Amino acid sequence: MNSNDTLIPYIGVVTDIRIDTPDVKTFRVESPEGGKLFEHMPGQCAMLSIPGVGEAMFSITSSPTNKEFMEFSIKKCGCLTNWLHAMDVGQMITVRGPYGNAFPVETELKGKDLLFIAGGIGLAPLRSVINYVRDKRENYGDIQVIYGSRSKDDLVDYKEILDEWMTDDGVHVNLTIDNAQEGWDGHVGFVPNYVKELNPSTSKTVLVCGPPIMIKFTLAGLKELGFTETQVYTTMELRMKCGVGKCGRCNIGNKYVCKDGPVFRFDQLDELPDEY
Amino acid sequence: MLRISANKLDSLFEAVAAKQTLYIPADRNDGEAEYKKYETGMKLTSRLNTLRSAKDFFFPQTEDIVEFKMDGKKIEINDIRQECEDFVIFGVRACDARSFTILDKVYLSEPVDSFYKNRRDHGTVVTLACDRPAETCFCQTFGIDPTAPEGDCACWSDGSYYYFKANTAKGQTFLDSISDLLEDGDDTAELDKVIAKTKAVMSKLPLAGLSTENFGGDKLDEYFSSDKWTELSESCLGCGTCTFVCPTCQCYDIKDFNTGNGIKRYRCWDSCMYSDFTKMAHGNPRLTQLERFRQRFMHKLVYFPANNNGEFGCVGCGRCLSKCPISMNIVKVMKALEEK
Repeated sequence: MNSNDTLIPYIGVVTDIRIDTPDVKTFRVESPEGGKLFEHMPGQCAMLSIPGVGEAMFSITSSPTNKEFMEFSIKKCGCLTNWLHAMDVGQMITVRGPYGNAFPVETELKGKDLLFIAGGIGLAPLRSVINYVRDKRENYGDIQVIYGSRSKDDLVDYKEILDEWMTDDGVHVNLTIDNAQEGWDGHVGFVPNYVKELNPSTSKTVLVCGPPIMIKFTLAGLKELGFTETQVYTTMELRMKCGVGKCGRCNIGNKYVCKDGPVFRFDQLDELPDEY
Repeated sequence: MLRISANKLDSLFEAVAAKQTLYIPADRNDGEAEYKKYETGMKLTSRLNTLRSAKDFFFPQTEDIVEFKMDGKKIEINDIRQECEDFVIFGVRACDARSFTILDKVYLSEPVDSFYKNRRDHGTVVTLACDRPAETCFCQTFGIDPTAPEGDCACWSDGSYYYFKANTAKGQTFLDSISDLLEDGDDTAELDKVIAKTKAVMSKLPLAGLSTENFGGDKLDEYFSSDKWTELSESCLGCGTCTFVCPTCQCYDIKDFNTGNGIKRYRCWDSCMYSDFTKMAHGNPRLTQLERFRQRFMHKLVYFPANNNGEFGCVGCGRCLSKCPISMNIVKVMKALEEK
């Protein structure tokens, strides 16, 4: 039995923990010897686990252009994520992957003007793409990021957005929060409405991720503006166990979200039964 | 064909079991049959098929995957996989033999499942042709001939003799290992009569007319939104019995168990009929039994064929027909969906 099996994980070490919001932390993970556990492409995921607690799929939020470590932005919302949030630096976890397809950064997205639309923790998978295209700036056109959250305190990666994205030439960031609050002089309102207000050019290719309800209204708004489903990508989330299309859990129609997704174009989603 | 006298079958079992582990379908106390590890004196069941399918041999109900030692912030991984020992399963029916090739499509496709492959590589499947198909049988719907079963080596009985024919190299190795017990028997007139009689019975089975022509990978839109699902799923208890007795159901869960001396990670059968199958921290995309019920049958009749050149995820063994506590089953589903 010398062959590797994808169900047998690697050991990773948490080398840094950043508190993003009251319920989101970003964990830096490296191999025990230092460096990344494996290479990935933007949009791919990995199974993280604390043995005895649970194992779940998370998007890799760091860009593959980061050669030193991987990062995972994780919202506290269940048994495993509670445990992860209680970790200290130096804690070992198990990691396996990468799983799934990726955003087509080297094919369909190349040379395009890109519009990223995210809500809440939905920024996590898109951050990998945003930093990838920022690092390979010459391969892409304009970059616009429309990002919204419940409140200012719930904006993930806020410091990076202010210090790095907003100071980057050719990257336009539009932030919004659901309700007005003290200390916020930016836009107030829901993401789908803000997108319509901003009226982005229909020449852009769109990558959207957020709560299902936000995605639904954002897509409807984009269609009103004249965008077609073939120019809008999203990334999906379903319960997963194996990560390789065998355990049956994330099966929708003839697709397995873990292996055929998580990234889908909306015209591809249209061909699937409506149960996500 | 090579054959052995029926009254010498015991000596064949003894010879095989002397070299490697042999499993045969044998009677239980409750009147059902199950695969048991052969021991001297054990008799082949007279029942048509076993209560549970033969998938356990390659995809057991629970199976340890890996172990962890936890020490403060440290985790140590222990790869507990071991090369499986060679074994022989005798008496597998044609339906169950076909289920192995269906499971192969899932577990041997990239990335190969090393746990399944290990067992598959070391197991020799000796099939046994059916001569008394049951009223719940509909393997012929899926193009399976129960009088000509697949498997590494096929076996037929005409009452007086057991005849053998190897289908694979592994099957030939099996026959070579018992060659001193076998004799040439070219006169298969009696066997031909048994096969002809079986085929005649099959053509008159209640489900003989069931066809797959209205099912396949292109039927998503036609059936997913069918209003038939409401009535069909109404009385489903969500007990999962159908998935557990099904030879082709292959969904699994991965769980951790604290042994007191570390963490054992194992996988076990799971069922899309269960409410927590798709449950996530933020919600469940399949909230009602209708959606879960529909998933199981759509997968077997539409999604699986869409990904596997039209092959269906059912072999017509009939176990779900006889075991479902509310008598719902794939045949009723197929018939209802077909009705316009």
